[in-house]
Amino acid sequence: MDNQPLLKIEHLRLSFFTPAGEVKALNDVSFQLEQGQVLGVVGESGSGKSVTAYSIMGLTPYPGRIVGGSILFNGHQIQQMTEKEMRAIRGREVSIIFQDPMTSLNPVYTIGDQICEVIRLHTGQSRQEARARAVELLGLVGINEPERRLRQYPHQMSGGMRQRVMIAIALACQPKLLIADEPTTALDVTIQAQILELMMELKKKLGMSILMITHDLGVVSNMCDRIAVMYAGRIVEYGSADDIFYHPQHEYTRGLLASIPKLNAVGHKRLIPIEGQPVDLLHPPQGCPFAPRCRACMKICLREMPPDTHFSQDHVSACWLAQKREFEAGKGVGQP
Amino acid sequence: MGTFILKRMFSAIVTIFLVATITFFLMFLIPGGPFLSEKAPSAETLAALEVKYGLDQPVPVQYLNYMKGLLHGDLGTSLKKRGMEVNDIIATGFPVSAQVGLIAIAGAVLVGVPLGSVAALNRGKPLDHIIMVASTCGIAVPSFVMATVLMVTLGVKLGWLPTMGLSGPLSYIMPCIALAFYPAAYISRLMRSSMLDVLGQDYMRTARAKGLGPFVMLFKHALRNAILPVITYLGPLLAYTLTGSFVVEKIFTIPGLGSEFISSITSRDYPLIMGTTIFLAFLIIMMNMVVDIVYKLVDPRIKLK
Amino acid sequence: MEQEKMNPHFLSRQLDVSDFLPADEEEKQSLVTMGQSVSFWKDGLGRLRKNKVAMVSLAVILLVMLFAFVLPSFYPYSYEEQLRGRENLGMLEPIPEKALALAESKGLSTFPHLLGTDNMGRDYLIRVMMGTRISLLVGITASAIILVIGSLYGAVSGYFGGKVDLVMMRLVDVIYTVPDILIIILLSVTLKYPLKNLASNYPAVFGWIDTVGVGLVCIFIVFALLYWVGMARIVRGQVLILKEQEYVAAAKALGAGSGHIIRRHLLTNCIGTLIVTTTLQIPSAIFTESFLSFIGLGVAAPMPSLGSLASAAIGGINSYPHRLLIPALMISLIILSFNLLGDGLRDAFDPKLKH
Repeated sequence: MDNQPLLKIEHLRLSFFTPAGEVKALNDVSFQLEQGQVLGVVGESGSGKSVTAYSIMGLTPYPGRIVGGSILFNGHQIQQMTEKEMRAIRGREVSIIFQDPMTSLNPVYTIGDQICEVIRLHTGQSRQEARARAVELLGLVGINEPERRLRQYPHQMSGGMRQRVMIAIALACQPKLLIADEPTTALDVTIQAQILELMMELKKKLGMSILMITHDLGVVSNMCDRIAVMYAGRIVEYGSADDIFYHPQHEYTRGLLASIPKLNAVGHKRLIPIEGQPVDLLHPPQGCPFAPRCRACMKICLREMPPDTHFSQDHVSACWLAQKREFEAGKGVGQP
Repeated sequence: MGTFILKRMFSAIVTIFLVATITFFLMFLIPGGPFLSEKAPSAETLAALEVKYGLDQPVPVQYLNYMKGLLHGDLGTSLKKRGMEVNDIIATGFPVSAQVGLIAIAGAVLVGVPLGSVAALNRGKPLDHIIMVASTCGIAVPSFVMATVLMVTLGVKLGWLPTMGLSGPLSYIMPCIALAFYPAAYISRLMRSSMLDVLGQDYMRTARAKGLGPFVMLFKHALRNAILPVITYLGPLLAYTLTGSFVVEKIFTIPGLGSEFISSITSRDYPLIMGTTIFLAFLIIMMNMVVDIVYKLVDPRIKLK
Repeated sequence: MEQEKMNPHFLSRQLDVSDFLPADEEEKQSLVTMGQSVSFWKDGLGRLRKNKVAMVSLAVILLVMLFAFVLPSFYPYSYEEQLRGRENLGMLEPIPEKALALAESKGLSTFPHLLGTDNMGRDYLIRVMMGTRISLLVGITASAIILVIGSLYGAVSGYFGGKVDLVMMRLVDVIYTVPDILIIILLSVTLKYPLKNLASNYPAVFGWIDTVGVGLVCIFIVFALLYWVGMARIVRGQVLILKEQEYVAAAKALGAGSGHIIRRHLLTNCIGTLIVTTTLQIPSAIFTESFLSFIGLGVAAPMPSLGSLASAAIGGINSYPHRLLIPALMISLIILSFNLLGDGLRDAFDPKLKH
């Protein structure tokens, strides 16, 4: 089992048990991430991408609960681990960078304190050793004058700086998997590019896998090996970056692509927004969740959940249209 | 920090000056002197008394005299307690009040902070509900109500605790509980809501994602942030304890500054009223400054202005 | 090979070509369950109505109001009537026969004294009712004063901003640092006499002062002078946020005056905050009033207030503890229910506002 993937999620189902009823945040989510690879998870807010990330770390927010499926990380069954076992993995083997660097650092402790904390927790190093490692880490994430910065408080730093500090904290113990939950959303555009570049550089240096969560297809385009497009708690399309960008099969993916501004667009190409509102996960529709907003919606889409259609080894889409196209291409039904 | 303290000192002096001036002139709104209430002194005696205490001079002169004295820390002579300096009255009364007050404040914080935190950590569970019901009832009970109820039950009916004076450790129990009850309830509500707020913050999620245990998360990361509103409340708490001490001291006949103040009001002892007011104002303003400095030490984001 | 890729579910299905026809808009929309948009008031009232604690508090407040404002008119005794021979009756203690005979000859009521009488032979229940009335009146009037002064001051300061804001808020800061309870006591002590003079010298203009009671007028003046600063700060904070909103810019562009914008747009939009803060102000005003009455600075005798009733009862604490406990419990009940109602209102109308 040498080539076992680092992370394997199978048929994961997760619900929030709110007073108003069960909100099905994740419905049958499956994907895997190999060692040293980058997987992008794309979708709009509420599509379940962040919840997926948190569940990998065993950080499912209250009142959420995993109700089915499995998460296999580095040979561990995450949902069968005790809280204590989970704690040994968090920050050491899996780390996470959150969306908003402005609020993700504790305002009353210095940067140095917050970096050293995780180092000392997981490696048992002395104060001095941890300090030296923290200086090294700040250098690694491109912060000047690390010695001085270590004594500063978060509010004395810019958003981009703080995100670099968050990355330093995440990488402190050389994790096997780095989860980046919209790491650039809260930052200025110029800073966004810097942070993404930094992450790719560090990936090359340190060789960890990255799970990149974003609502911005532009972000994942040139850094991900695989991309999963999520909608309403499901993966609606999964494939290589090329598959997703050049041969999108799901109407939602197409919609997303059409709404990205392109600098090199010929003439005046209009951006096409996806109309309508995301579905209410408290009362999910019977059929395809995207159907009400889909421009090519068919009658069956409203009634039944589309099955997965495989286009190649790892390009999958769950859309009735794809089924229809496959069928029309003669690969269809009843011909074994 | 140094400039901050200097600035605050300056504004404190201005405020105290204002309070002193307001107090002084308010006193002159009262018709009839302090000697009128006594059994009809003869016109000569009255005149002699007024000369003795400088009350025959024009108001501006009296004001200047008083302010001069104030600059030297001299709050004047009591009119009713013949020959006693206001400074002396404060010097004997204040330590008593301070003792009771500090025990009450410490008690309120030591009870309120853990109760509020426990309620927040058990949000929605029975323990949370019990603490919240108790503290909601607690903030509806004024200190004098608490004092009298304690007095009736523990003191009079059951006879467990002494009802008068400060004769031994036991006699501190009721006055301190009466004073600490409301603030303890208030602090636990404050602490609960701020702890809930902090627990939902992103940096707590970060702390958890680092793999920290619940103990470190609570005591290192949450508590220091959640306690900030409680620190801010210490200023008003001090003022509350002082005023609460007025009635509590009256009820339990404790010879503190509070009962001195109340009796000076009823006996219209001008210098004593003014002296006590200025002293208490000074105390509150100074303590507010200390609270601001403590806040700055706990929260690095605060810039002292 | 193909079968492996195909979903078995798909294979087993009876293929129906019509299923693959485009769906029309109506069909699509039928799937979308949209939350109904409701107005601010309806939404808030709905939430309030669901809050049992708040509704019970509201009911208690209404009952207390009935007790304080309506019941005394039907009650056979008055709060100042001293009934000879009926002094110091205990709870439900029958009227002594001597007093009964006296009552018959003078045509006085012999209605039982449910809570007994005080040392001057006044029915205690009616005194508690009147005391409650005073406490409620003080609480509500004082909060109204605070509401008007505080919200206008805060709105003006926040709306004009800049130097105006700086100066106005500096004043607020100064008042904040002044130890208010000391000033209240001082004012209550000193204003009593000039106010009395005013009332007796100009009865036509200031006669009402005597009716209301000098002590109460003092309390109101103090509230008007000092207690509005908290409200002003909260309103200013809200206005600072609200004035950046588009509709204010739109109103300005249409040539609306500052007064109009403050009244129509800014204050109406922080109405949730205003309601909540005012409701929570009522118990704190009652708190202060009962404290002042307790130390003898509130209402003037024979008018009772819950604080002065409690204070007067301390002397007879050994023999008549109920005289102390009843007003004390009443104060706590009123404060408790206003606090709970205020909390409920906050949850319903202004979830963002916390302490």
